[in-house]
Amino acid sequence: MDLNFTPEEEAFRVKARAWLEGNAPAPMESMDTPDGFEQHRDWEEHLYEHGWAAVSWPREFGGRDATLIEWLIFEEEYYRVGAPRRLNQNGLFLLGPVLLEYGTKEQKERYLPKIVSAEEIWCQGWSEPNAGSDLASLTSKATRDGDEWVLTGQKTWCSRGVYADWMFGLFRSDPSSERHKGLSYILVPLESPGVTVRPIAQIDGEPGFAEVFLDNVRVPVANTLGPEGEGWQIAMSTAGFERGVALRSPGRFMASADRLVSSYMAREHLVSPSLRNDVINSWMEVEAYRLYTFWSVSRKLAGGTIGAEASLNKVWWSEMDVRLHDTALRLLGEDATLPLGDEHWLDGFLFSLAGPIYAGTNEIQRNIIAERVLGLPRS
Amino acid sequence: MKFILSEEQMLFRHTVREFLEKECTPEIARSGFNRERWAQLAQLGAVGLAAPADEGGLGLGEVDLVLLLEEAGRAALPDPLIETSMVAIPLLREAEANDLLLEAADGDVVMSVGLAGSRYVTYATDADVLLLQLGGAMFALQRDDVKLQLMPSIDMARPVFRVEWLSEAGTKIGEGADLVEAAFDRAVLGAAAQLLGIAQRCVEMAADYAKERHQFGKPIGSFQAIKHKLADALLMVEFARPVVYRAAASIAEVSHHRERDVSMAKVYAGRAAKRATRAALQTLGAIGYTQEHDLHIWMKRSWSLEAAWGTSDFHRDRIADEVMG
Ligand SMILES: Cc1cc2nc3c(=O)[nH]c(=O)nc-3n(C[C@H](O)[C@H](O)[C@H](O)COP(=O)(O)OP(=O)(O)OC[C@H]3O[C@@H](n4cnc5c(N)ncnc54)[C@H](O)[C@@H]3O)c2cc1C
Repeated sequence: MDLNFTPEEEAFRVKARAWLEGNAPAPMESMDTPDGFEQHRDWEEHLYEHGWAAVSWPREFGGRDATLIEWLIFEEEYYRVGAPRRLNQNGLFLLGPVLLEYGTKEQKERYLPKIVSAEEIWCQGWSEPNAGSDLASLTSKATRDGDEWVLTGQKTWCSRGVYADWMFGLFRSDPSSERHKGLSYILVPLESPGVTVRPIAQIDGEPGFAEVFLDNVRVPVANTLGPEGEGWQIAMSTAGFERGVALRSPGRFMASADRLVSSYMAREHLVSPSLRNDVINSWMEVEAYRLYTFWSVSRKLAGGTIGAEASLNKVWWSEMDVRLHDTALRLLGEDATLPLGDEHWLDGFLFSLAGPIYAGTNEIQRNIIAERVLGLPRS
Repeated sequence: MKFILSEEQMLFRHTVREFLEKECTPEIARSGFNRERWAQLAQLGAVGLAAPADEGGLGLGEVDLVLLLEEAGRAALPDPLIETSMVAIPLLREAEANDLLLEAADGDVVMSVGLAGSRYVTYATDADVLLLQLGGAMFALQRDDVKLQLMPSIDMARPVFRVEWLSEAGTKIGEGADLVEAAFDRAVLGAAAQLLGIAQRCVEMAADYAKERHQFGKPIGSFQAIKHKLADALLMVEFARPVVYRAAASIAEVSHHRERDVSMAKVYAGRAAKRATRAALQTLGAIGYTQEHDLHIWMKRSWSLEAAWGTSDFHRDRIADEVMG
């Protein structure tokens, strides 16, 4: 057991920090506004040009061949300088790893470089109006016609779907199948005829969601990722990754915790002393998340797997994030709901509230923990 | 960064677990300290783990000690392992008190400790030698050098005493803030490790029960209210574990965050134990509220360890002082 970073890891940190400190942009508008979207895309291009867009990807696809530990270090440094949220996170963190694992050579060469350069922005098309937690009940169809799929149905809650160029979605490709069988994982250009994208304003008023209607949309069968009919298994490998460290590395929470502590210290004499405990509890939760992440990533690097434990991880970071922001707002007192001054907690608070819902609700995660880790019987 | 246990460490833990499953059944755990078992533990290397190899020990470090104590907590072992293995032996090693070190590591001399941060001394009548703090120094005393008063406690398998120092008796074995503060932090880490083991055991006990017990024609473990309660308890346990192991590394490496890290281990393991024991009691229902079932042994040990070596509130303040200092 060695909790120190190796000289290589330290050198990586120094390099990442130097670049980020010299390049991190000023705060941007929400990426769900037209201007904010362009600002975020410019930043992604800049990251890409300097080789920092996807550090853990292979060099041939625009990455740096960084280890998972180095990636975690990069994330710490990234959020430490207050760099923006990642516009193409669906492509980078959800689709990318799946393409690397299941994609054909042609698919990797076609899609990965444009994900990393932010030339093509991706959204995830899983949920449907009647298939949320019960995703396997989805009804959007893919019907085979020669070497094309004909897609019909409706996807919803697609984050960044309004501005996205592509969608990776799950479709029922075998009409006689049920539940988890007979689904295919298909990559859909949103410019295709028959696609209608309707923006939905999220709680902050910006069109962060989209509904995507598919009316006889034709895409090549070559756009299927992994074997036909095995979309569920492939999607769940993304889901595991999403719940696990990929989407929410400790770095961003560490930055929030540091900000929370400074914010408290600046107001210590103005606020109730009972806030001190909540602040330190949040600091500890983030520290524990960091340690748990290094603990599970080290095990993965030593040849182990992250299975149902990813659900523990998801429950922890999402509920920790809500508590942290809740405490932050309490520090602001009467100004909590007024986005004033240089203390920006309100956006983060709103975003934190979605954490226990997306990427599999926390109720579903607790079911998974109880059934797959503790071995309790299914209901 | 390589935050994993070595093959040897996992093997060692396995050996300790097997031994305790046989030699410290819940029946035995109720009955208190036993010298024969102590001799066997010493033979296993568990007692003198941290003593140098040429002083009858295994020359192992804090992480190994934590694994040992985690298992001790899991088995509710009623022996002074925190006192002897975790605190006294490293302290004697630091102070180069080699004769006593050798006897303690061999299991011939059972030790207990009384530090300024704690009002009571545990296992005082089972111990042959007490290491007591007076001011900034540590003294070794024989049992006859002190007057002991057994305190009433809900956890009688871990007896606590008030100690009165009778005369000028005792041998000074070392002094200095470094020595006594390190001893205190070791005790804290030992308690944290045991609390972690207790929490783990209670989650397992409750999950096993939830699979067997039927109501409304179904195992109670199929009810979501029970599932989520146990999932939350497991969450606390799994997130406390790396926190406790990291604290061991901080002691081993003499990190300048040692106090903070050790305190966080106590807070997190204490929290996991509280959550797990409560979840287990609720899952068991009335049978858990009896002395016929074994759960109460672990519950009571968790309460006495939570109260020992600084409560969670004490440790949370210590962390806040550093983080906000
Ligand atoms: C900010 C945000 C971004 C999102 N981005 C995307 C995206 O990009 N692409 C995409 O496809 N989807 C996305 N989603 C949708 C998300 O995946 C779903 O919201 C989620 O799967 C839950 O589905 P639902 O909203 O239909 O809720 P429901 O499934 O209707 O659940 C409602 C409530 O019932 C509970 N419940 C349901 N079933 C059970 C059960 N078996 N046991 C216990 N409780 C249960 C749930 O936990 C929840 O509390 C996003 C959601 C949010 C909030």
